[in-house]
Amino acid sequence: MCRTYLVRSAPDTAEIERRRWMFRHPAVIRATHWINALCLLVLLMSGLQIFNAHPALYWGKVSTFDTPLLAMTSTEDDPPKGVTTVLGRAFETTGYLGSSPGADGEPADRGFPSWLTLPSDQDLTGGRSWHFFFAWAFVLNGILYLLYGLLSGQLRFRVVPQRDQIRHFGASVWEHLTLRFPQGDEAKRYNVIQKLTYLVVLFVLLPMQVLAGLAMSPAMDAAFPFLLTLFDGRQSARTVHFVVAGLLVLFVLVHVALVVLSGFWNNMRGMLTGWFVIERKVEPAADGTGGPA
Amino acid sequence: MSRQPSRRALLLGATAAAGTAMLGGCDRLGEAEWFRRTLKTGEDANLFVQRLLLTERTLAPEFVEADISPWFKPNGTEDPPDRSYKALAKRKFVNYRLEVGGLVEKPFKLSLAELRKLPARTQITRHDCVEGWSAIGKWTGVPLADLLNRAGLKPEARFVVFHCADTMGQDGDNDGEDDGAAGDSGSQEEAPAGNANPNMTKQSGGGESKKDSGGQQASEDTAASGGSPVRYYESIDLLDAFHPQTILAYEMNGQALPVANGAPLRLRLERNLGYKQAKYVIRVEVVESFAHIGEGKGGYWEDQGYAWYAGI
Repeated sequence: MCRTYLVRSAPDTAEIERRRWMFRHPAVIRATHWINALCLLVLLMSGLQIFNAHPALYWGKVSTFDTPLLAMTSTEDDPPKGVTTVLGRAFETTGYLGSSPGADGEPADRGFPSWLTLPSDQDLTGGRSWHFFFAWAFVLNGILYLLYGLLSGQLRFRVVPQRDQIRHFGASVWEHLTLRFPQGDEAKRYNVIQKLTYLVVLFVLLPMQVLAGLAMSPAMDAAFPFLLTLFDGRQSARTVHFVVAGLLVLFVLVHVALVVLSGFWNNMRGMLTGWFVIERKVEPAADGTGGPA
Repeated sequence: MSRQPSRRALLLGATAAAGTAMLGGCDRLGEAEWFRRTLKTGEDANLFVQRLLLTERTLAPEFVEADISPWFKPNGTEDPPDRSYKALAKRKFVNYRLEVGGLVEKPFKLSLAELRKLPARTQITRHDCVEGWSAIGKWTGVPLADLLNRAGLKPEARFVVFHCADTMGQDGDNDGEDDGAAGDSGSQEEAPAGNANPNMTKQSGGGESKKDSGGQQASEDTAASGGSPVRYYESIDLLDAFHPQTILAYEMNGQALPVANGAPLRLRLERNLGYKQAKYVIRVEVVESFAHIGEGKGGYWEDQGYAWYAGI
């Protein structure tokens, strides 16, 4: 396969052989993307630190200590075993959940292991400091992204599926599942599954995560009692916050996997410099329009 | 195609290495004073914004009898080791006097019977521990505002400090460091997981050896146990102090407040986390600043690094 090496140049003069440069990500999108990535990572790890202070989840207004939805405990054995109970079913999770080596290498009673928490040692107040600081950064960064996205039209371009995309929804799903990534003109826009995923993450999961976090604050519950109605109580809100965090992790894993599979360096260059290469379709355009203009 | 796996392995390896380095880096960063202070601006913002959102009249949600938790989890100190406290508890607190003083025009002391005769407020509210759990209880007590009005605040008054009967540790035992890990034995109050527990065991020894009688301050006779006792304390500003739901409760769920939950008198500070809601309150002191009390951060847990404002 012949490879063409390109020098960076303006998009209109960059069409060399089969590749075409596209300025895909404006600076604000790039900056907010990476700040967001950092925030989510810190929020996840400091969140697990906070969770570890009471590694159990409940549904409703209060903690029903005898019937948690999920609990991570350790046994009295020597060395202790870690036990994770989910909906009444117990699993041994020694080394990972319930009991895992602390900083000194000795088994410690902790929900999540030290390599997943921030700070790595048991330190609730430290975790809270990290969490609140980065929660503010996340929210302010998110507001900037949304404002810019709305005003520039980027948001609409990125997340609202176009009519033809909805018509070909089934075909897109199949292409996605078989890891065949669009080329040519089709690669200039996000495909329908991407758009819907971003739509759900941006307008469902992330706002829900913020609201569930706020619902855990006794002062916010006083100011906005609807938060409790929305989540069916503070302990449910805590559970929702945990589950949505899990869904966001899942999103990031899939996102990163697809970034790697669909051309890691091209994607990374795109999100770092803005410039993205579109590969022209290998088969010539059947309708005779002669490929991308 | 054949290049993919090795490239992927390379990426994974690099990610793992970067991750490990980052974790260590974050821990070190978290210990640096300037960075700690930077992170704390997040908590300062919480206070600022929540004070904008809440008026002095905004009430915490109240619940109905059916919502009351069958078991109200006690946390932190569940049985103060102090001899003076034990003596009070043994006689059902008939000798207990709540002292209200500091920057007030007319300091006074009230017995439990006298407190019970004052106009009371009953509220069914949710208690939220900083650890993450919640319980609902019914509380009856005297609005703090009534007591403060009765004493009459001096113009310099800015904070109300609650001094408690339970000793948490000896001065010098617990200087600063969070040493984490120890689960839920906790020191006083619906308190932070982890740190500072080791003191509890040491303390009860220290506490027992004392001969202090009937009262609060035992600092004079602690030379033998190496340091003065550090007792639980908390502080709130006047905005919270005069909030209608801020009461000094002597009843929980219609019964006299149990020792585990702070008998004979505890603070209920709805709209705040549990560690602000001091148990075993024996003295209410109105001050201009709390810089001279304890380590100067405004509370026992605050001295261990917790935020002074606990609305979230």
